[in-house]
Amino acid sequence: MQRMRTEKMRSLTITLLLFVASLIAGETAIAQMKLNGAGATFPYVIYSKWFDLYSKKAGVEFNYQSIGSGGGIKQVTEGTVDFGASDAFLSEDQLKAIKDKQGTDIIHIPTVMGAVVISYNLPAAGKDLRISPDVLAGIYLGQITNWNDAKIAAINPGKSLPDQSIIVAHRSDGSGTTNIFTDYLVKVSKTWAVNIGKGTSVNWPVGLGGKGNEGVAGLIKQSEGALGYVELAYAVQNGLPYALLQNKEGNFVEATFDGVSAAASGAARNMPGDLRVMITDAPGKDSYPICGFTWLLISKNMKDKAKAKEIKEFLKWAMTDGQSYAKDLYYAPLPETVAKLCLKKIDLIETN
Amino acid sequence: MAHSASDIAAPVAQGSGGEAKMASPPGVFLRSQKRKSVNLGDTIFQSSTTFFAFLVFVLVFLMAYEMYRGSVPSIEKFGWSFLTREIWDPVQDEYGALVFIFGTVVSSIVALTFALPLSIGVAVFLSELAPGWIEKPMSFLIELLAAIPSIVYGLWGVFVLVPWLRVSVEPVLSRNLKFLPFFTGPSYGFGMLAAGIILAIMVLPIITSISRDVLKAIPTAQREAALALGATRWETTRIVLSDAKSGLLGATLLGLGRAVGETMAVTMVIGNRPEISASLLAPGYTMASVIANEFTEATSDMYVSSLIEIALILFVLTVLLNAAARLIVWSVTKKFKNA
Repeated sequence: MQRMRTEKMRSLTITLLLFVASLIAGETAIAQMKLNGAGATFPYVIYSKWFDLYSKKAGVEFNYQSIGSGGGIKQVTEGTVDFGASDAFLSEDQLKAIKDKQGTDIIHIPTVMGAVVISYNLPAAGKDLRISPDVLAGIYLGQITNWNDAKIAAINPGKSLPDQSIIVAHRSDGSGTTNIFTDYLVKVSKTWAVNIGKGTSVNWPVGLGGKGNEGVAGLIKQSEGALGYVELAYAVQNGLPYALLQNKEGNFVEATFDGVSAAASGAARNMPGDLRVMITDAPGKDSYPICGFTWLLISKNMKDKAKAKEIKEFLKWAMTDGQSYAKDLYYAPLPETVAKLCLKKIDLIETN
Repeated sequence: MAHSASDIAAPVAQGSGGEAKMASPPGVFLRSQKRKSVNLGDTIFQSSTTFFAFLVFVLVFLMAYEMYRGSVPSIEKFGWSFLTREIWDPVQDEYGALVFIFGTVVSSIVALTFALPLSIGVAVFLSELAPGWIEKPMSFLIELLAAIPSIVYGLWGVFVLVPWLRVSVEPVLSRNLKFLPFFTGPSYGFGMLAAGIILAIMVLPIITSISRDVLKAIPTAQREAALALGATRWETTRIVLSDAKSGLLGATLLGLGRAVGETMAVTMVIGNRPEISASLLAPGYTMASVIANEFTEATSDMYVSSLIEIALILFVLTVLLNAAARLIVWSVTKKFKNA
């Protein structure tokens, strides 16, 4: 019995030693550079594609946690990640907070673009319903409540619009999609700008909230007479019908990747130097009005210069070769003019 | 528990001692005899398990403390009025918890209204009436309900319950019960009623199984005495039920605790609208839902802090409910054990 016990003890000790040894070995095996990032969920699909391709190419390992833009900004502020990602650019206050804590400026690099479409469930009206900024704001403010409203009829000649109340759907979770959508409403409606404002979550005057794109799509699909906003990528993948939106020039445009890129080119002409810009309601006859960038947040003066060098290389790749993967994954690629501005920005990252 | 453990441990220790005696010289045996009184293994075992047990307490206190710390900015800004403010506006950075407290309380009450009669009925059947071959599989099935992940309930709610409510139930309710404020407004399907029904199904297994245990704890002598006095089956059951009153209340409170904290399934069907409405057909919002929905993208400090304060309120509420429930269940089972 005692011998058995000592044998057990011995085997236990050996197992423990092996375990410890494997831990140490594991530590030393990671000689490869590892870059940690956290933030937005919207660009997660293309980021993971990029990280995968790039790590095979350059031997750099990425660890990206899609915990949401809020979390990403927080982690950048605390300095716990090498880069952050956000669907909304940082405010002056947030930039100052990072400067105070980490002693570095933050560079915003737009990576890809997304668009928001207005999806609806109104079998009587069929496809290609037209919506103007006025009507959209009216619906979301609760001023237009029925599909047979004269304002909707005026821009949809020849369509049969039933006497049916409009069920408004919006995102219940905080999201970059909501940020883009409300940014647009602020630009096109004074009432909205004064009473509601923009943000990742707002105090909606009317409507039902659904969690995530799938939640809003579920609300729309299930309720006849419903109208809501979802990401273009989600609507395309799931075959949701969506409305033609009237842009700044007065044209009714369909949401396409080209329309989004057109909006970005339109906005690029007077892009601010730090690339912090919302491109909703952009000029240009083909521009789709509700779209926006998603950004990577990079420290201008990183403590670890070797990492800074790797990030720089990666970003350059993402702005050039990386862009070709965007469309397949339902993101709009950056127009060349914007990509060039980004490359110039990337050069500002200090490497020594 | 400690008692039975030492009962089991004793013969094992003796057995190994006996074997040691046969295999080794007397000196070794004596040493091991001596060691047995302050067995190192036992000491380590006891102190480590004690440590783990206390760790749980520490964990709970740490959680409460961390939540308090996180909500300090919001507590300082809004004070007690946070509990009574109806506004929730992330753009203006103005927050209040009232609509969410209302949503949580109302959806839970609706849930209990449905679940309570059903659960008690099932529990009475299982403990008083059902023959053994029905009772076992049925108890198993009911407890199985508790094992279904809440997201599955949520999906079922979105795809089955909500359309059914919108098309078949809510129009009928609003047509026939128009005079009640609870059934007015358009039928969305999504709303307080849907949330209440989903929650009812989710709390059903908890209330049922605890109620069954409480009823079973009532001595058979009570029933025999009642029957001997000529009481019918129904009358006997009534006596048993009245004996078990406080235990059943405890079971209900435990179910309520579950309903209050439930997040995913409720978020999917409640409509997520921060608004107080008397109508059950109207959408609402609960404390757990707003945290799950908005925490990831909450960027301003006050926003995060307010969400954490809501978590703190929810935490306090569930702790209080569970403590009350445990105390009641405990007191009733103790009463009958002593009797």
